[in-house]
Parts: sequence; C-alpha cells; structure tokens
Amino acid sequence: MTDTAQTSQARAQGGVTLSAALPWIIAGLFLLVMPFIFQSNSAITIMNQMAITIIFALSYNMLLGQGGMLSFGHAVYMGVGGFLCVHIMNWEIFGSLPLPILPIFGGIFGLILALIVGSFSTRKAGTVFAMISLGVGELIAACSVIIVVFFGGEEGISGDRTYGLPFFGIEFLTQIEVYYLIAFWLLVSALLMYLFSRTPIGRMANAVRDNPERAEFLGYSARWVRFYSFIAAGFFAGIAGGLFAINYEILTEENLNLHTSGSILLVTFLGGVGFFFGPIIGAIVFTLLQTVLSLETELWALYVGALFVATVMFFPGGLSGVLMMHGTPIKLGKWRMLVKPYIKVLVPAVLCILGLAGFIELMFHARHAAIGESEMTLFWTTFDHSNPMPWIVFAVLALGGFWLARKGSPELTGAWHEANTPDEVSE
Amino acid sequence: MDLILVNLIDGLVTGLLLFMLSAGLTLIFSMMGVLNFAHASFYMLGAYFAYQISTYVGFWMGLLIAPPIVGLVGAAVERYGLRRVHQYGHVPELIFTFGLALLIEELVKFIWGNDQIPYQIPEILEGAAFSISSYDIPAYKVFMIFLSLAIFLGLLYVLTRTRVGMIIQAALSYPRTVEALGHNVPLVFMGVFGVGTALAGVAGVIAGPVLSTFPGMAVVLGSIVFVTIVIGGLGSLGGALVAALIIGWLTTFAKAYNVRMEDILTGLGFNKPDPIWDSAWRDLWTLTSPQIADILPYLLMVLILVFRPYGLFGKRDV
Repeated sequence: MTDTAQTSQARAQGGVTLSAALPWIIAGLFLLVMPFIFQSNSAITIMNQMAITIIFALSYNMLLGQGGMLSFGHAVYMGVGGFLCVHIMNWEIFGSLPLPILPIFGGIFGLILALIVGSFSTRKAGTVFAMISLGVGELIAACSVIIVVFFGGEEGISGDRTYGLPFFGIEFLTQIEVYYLIAFWLLVSALLMYLFSRTPIGRMANAVRDNPERAEFLGYSARWVRFYSFIAAGFFAGIAGGLFAINYEILTEENLNLHTSGSILLVTFLGGVGFFFGPIIGAIVFTLLQTVLSLETELWALYVGALFVATVMFFPGGLSGVLMMHGTPIKLGKWRMLVKPYIKVLVPAVLCILGLAGFIELMFHARHAAIGESEMTLFWTTFDHSNPMPWIVFAVLALGGFWLARKGSPELTGAWHEANTPDEVSE
Repeated sequence: MDLILVNLIDGLVTGLLLFMLSAGLTLIFSMMGVLNFAHASFYMLGAYFAYQISTYVGFWMGLLIAPPIVGLVGAAVERYGLRRVHQYGHVPELIFTFGLALLIEELVKFIWGNDQIPYQIPEILEGAAFSISSYDIPAYKVFMIFLSLAIFLGLLYVLTRTRVGMIIQAALSYPRTVEALGHNVPLVFMGVFGVGTALAGVAGVIAGPVLSTFPGMAVVLGSIVFVTIVIGGLGSLGGALVAALIIGWLTTFAKAYNVRMEDILTGLGFNKPDPIWDSAWRDLWTLTSPQIADILPYLLMVLILVFRPYGLFGKRDV
C-alpha cells in the first residue's frame, strides 16, 4: 500500500516496466542460486520449509494485512488442501499426473472450503470474524480425529510423491528437485498474490479494511470484497498445503490446529502486516529462529513469545515497518546521522538481551537439570551453574546493557527526529 | 433417573466453572471491547500460584492469596501492556492478548516444567459428600458448586447494588459520559480487568486439583470460554451464565449417554452398508455422542453466529 505512486506511474507508462519487474527477476535468480550457496541437505530442508511458510504467510496477510480480517483458523485451509493432495498421491490417477501441478488441486480444495466458510464468516470483520474463524478452525481440527476416512485419525495420512508421472524425466526423489518445484510455486504464487493486491478488488480490500462504511457509500459491498479476499487467501493457503504434502509426504491433525494457525499469525505479524514483503521477512526470520534457536536452547518458544509480545507493543508495523521507517532519512540523505546513536543504543541493548537470556538459561538449568549435572554450555563456554561467577557476569551484562541503552536513547530520539525533518530551504 | 441427577450435578460443576471464567471475560469485553485471549492463561496462573502457595501454607491460604495475586498481574498487564496497544485498535489488542497467552504458557513451562504438578484437593474435602443410589458425589464438587454460586451472587450484588457497580455498569454503556462526570475511567478499566482476571484465578485455584494442573490447561479451556461468551451474547452476564450451563450439560450428557449414529440412521430407515469398514460413510455410521461431545460447543457457536450473531442474550453486535 505504500508504493501506490510508483505503480500508478508504471501504469501510466503502460505495461510492465523494468523497475516493476526487477524485484521479481532478482527474487527468481536468488531462488535459483540459493542451493548452490547452501548445498547441505539440511539447508535445503530449511529453505523448503521457509518457502512453504512464505506462501502461507503471504496468503494469511491477504486477510490480516490487506483485508483487516484477523483469522485464528487459517491453518485449516492449508491443511485440507494438503490432505487432499496426499489423497491424490494415493489414488491410481496420480500415475498419469505430473507432480508439479498437484498443488493446484490443494488450492482449489482450499478455495472450496473458504467458499463455504466465507459465505457466513465474512459478514463482519474484526472480532466476529476472529471468533468464527476460531470456532470453525477448532471444529475442523476436532473433526480430524472423527472423520478418519479423510483425515486419517491421529496418525494422519501419508503418501509417496515419486509415484507421479515423471516430469521431463524428473521423479522428485531428491530434496533439491523438490526445492526447485517449491521455489517455482513460491515465485508464481507470490507474484499472483502481489498482482491481486494491485487489482481493483485488492485495492477495495484495503478500503474496506480502513473504513467499511465509506466503502459501502462508494457503492461497494464490504461483505463481497471481504469474501473475495477470503477465498483468494483460501486458495493460496491450499497451494501451500499442497507443497507441504509434496515436501513432507505426511499430514496430521497438527496441520489443522490452533497452534499452527497461531504461529502463522506470529510469523506474519513479526514480519509486518503493512507491507507486501513483510510476511516474507517474517517467514524467513521465524524459520531461522525456529531452527537455529531450537537447536541451541529448549526455551526458544519463550524467546519467540517474548519477541512477539514486544513487537505488538512497541513495533506494531513489524520488521518491515521498522525497515521502512528509514525511508525518509535515506531520502533526505540524513541516514548517516543515525549510525552513531544506533550503535550507542543497539550494542548495549543486544548485550542486555544476551545477558538476560544467559541469566534465564542459568535459572532454567539450575531448576530443571538432572541432579549432579551442574555443567552447562552457553555462548561457546562451559561452566558450572553452582558457580556464582556466571550469574554475576550475566546480571552485570543485562543491567549494564540496559543502563547504557537507556542512557543513549534520548540521543537516538533526537537524532531520529532530526533525520526525519527536511532541511529548511534557505534560498 | 438417578443417572440424570448425577449428570445434572456434573454438568452444573462444569458450567459454573466455565461461568466463573466467562463472567470476567465478558465484563472485560463489554467494558473495553477487548476479547482477552489470555483469559484462560490467568486461570492457569491461578492454579499454579495456588499450588506454589499451598506447598508452604496449605490449600486454603492458596485459595485466599492466589486470586488477588492473579488480579494484580492482570491489572499490571492492562496498565502496562493493553493500554499501550489500545491506541492501535482492537485487532492489535486481540493479537497482543494472543501473544500474551503464548508467553504465559512458556513462562509457566519455564518455571514449573512441562509435566503435570501434584496439586491436590485438601484432605477435608476428599471422599463423598452424599450418594445418589450407587453414585457418589464427591465433596469437592459440592464445594465447587457452592463457591461458584457464592461468587456469582457476590458479583451480582456488587454490580447491581453498590456505587462501584453502578459506575461500572454506566461505564459499560457510556464510557465517555462517565468520564465527563469526573470518574477515572482508565482506573475503572484497570480494576475491572484485575477483578476479571482474579475471577479466572479463583476458577483456576478450584479447578486445578480436579482437572489437573499442567501447562496445556489454558489451551484446553481457552477456546471453550470464548465459545461460551459468544453463545451467551458478548457483554451479557446472564447470557454467559446460561451459555455456560448449556455447554456444561450438553457435553456432560453427550459423554454420559452413548447415543450412536447407527441407531439414529437405522431409525430413519437407512440401511447399514456392509461391510462397514470399506464404506466411505463408515465414519458417519460409527459416530457416537461421546466422540463428538467436545466439538458440540463449537458447532453450537458457529450455528449461533450464523443465525443469531448477537448471541442468545446479547443486545449489541459483536
């Protein structure tokens, strides 16, 4: 919603301009070369997961960011799409079906479910919509244990992607082949979702989000506008589900429940709902946090939760919002003024957070470690938690960092204000 | 007949417990327009605090001390968290409370661990209070019923008969006017939030020992509490009571009586497909009421929202 001016300019010039297509070309090249930079199998696994999360988060942001609809049950559309794709994998017809088109079926199924649910849930946005989405989500998640034919009960259902018709000789046996399939779909669906947000209906979704009454006065039905966004979001969630099915070859109740729906809200909000690329950043950061932190510490969910709450409280625009805040200083050519105050605040702040995290880890270890196991490794050093020294070090780090950051913050506020005010034109 | 009575009592216990949670939630909602997603987390905090206190000074002191502490935590959350997010609108508020719910669950795991904790009912309430034919009614359930009723009556008294209650009721419908009259509405908000969460804390203290105290307990009850206030009509205390009782009895009876879909379908004149395990309809035929007991509230909620978006007793749109 920010680069409106830019797009209208592009439209005025007629057709696709290079500057409009450039980000997509770069993204495509980026996706192409990524596996050559990170060659290990685990890296490719992470990238696959990331790409699926990006599609899912973008589809979620069609609701939350662009349409103002907070959903607590978006996992359902991804889930059912995935379940259908696994079923297709198990049918005989799969042998005459190339694997790369499988996600379309997931998308269509997600769209059909969204059609049904959306017919009554999009009447209102806000709290009503959130409640209905929660209710429907819980309902379908609970149904997964009852309707065993489709959802496979508690163990879920699994399939084998390699039974499909070979696609130009590729049978999708290795992770890297799957990666390119997912990357292709990522690019296509991201582009489609972006284009959707540029269509009149996508624009109206923004209008309805901001002021439904006024949109109605302009002659648009807020309900229909929401409905269209909703089914489009359902479609792309279904595609993400299809890709999930291809990548993991198994779907369970976990793909439908509130936990998954909640974490996509977390991902999207963390990245920022205000910009199209926000959820992409969110998905990348969250997946990295999840994989890296969960290897390092048992408490990763605690940190992510704290990060989320802090984001909602202090940076409601999310990461992309914080990044885009720097647009004005850069445009004014004053961003250099910010570097020094930033270092003065951010370095102690990082130290404070590290100290706090270390302290928390120590406490956790002291409380829950097996008796006799008092040694622990943190920040590449090993020490004893009964030794007071690490406690003191972390406490000093946390408190000192906090104090220094506090001390530097007025300067940052001043510099920020200064960098955002244009110079007086003295001519 | 006896079984019906026993189930009525069981459903009443569940219903009243739900009511204690939903009363606070609906009060908070009607006052601030915030659906507190973390409400059940305060219920969980109540149980954990009470357990921690009870290890030092016993169950009764836990019952006395834990809810006010939960209320204080709630008030602090309102003062330093929600009030800050309020400026961004209702959706970020809802997201904030959602994040808070996640955070509280992780904090509880951090402090008390992932496993269930041994929070027990006090010795004096162990055993049966009385029995209906061969069914024993545990004394603890009777205690729960009386405590919940006492709290309900107390709440009713405060809200309708005292000056504070009058201000709260006025602030519910016309917050700006009340503010113009010189009352400190933000303070009232904080107070209501504190009391609402303290009520959830009480529910946690008394439910913890019977429903088991573990980090997932908030999730188990959380969505049901939402369902309750949506069915009852957002902002309506009476509606919350009726909806809580309906849900309590609905789930209890569905679990107690094994109504089988097979019997219903045969009664309607359908033929059971043979062999059943090969049929696409096998899940429909093997459906039983205990199986679907837990999803009945959600079904009810979706139906209510579709056909009567105001809820049973709600006056305003959600």
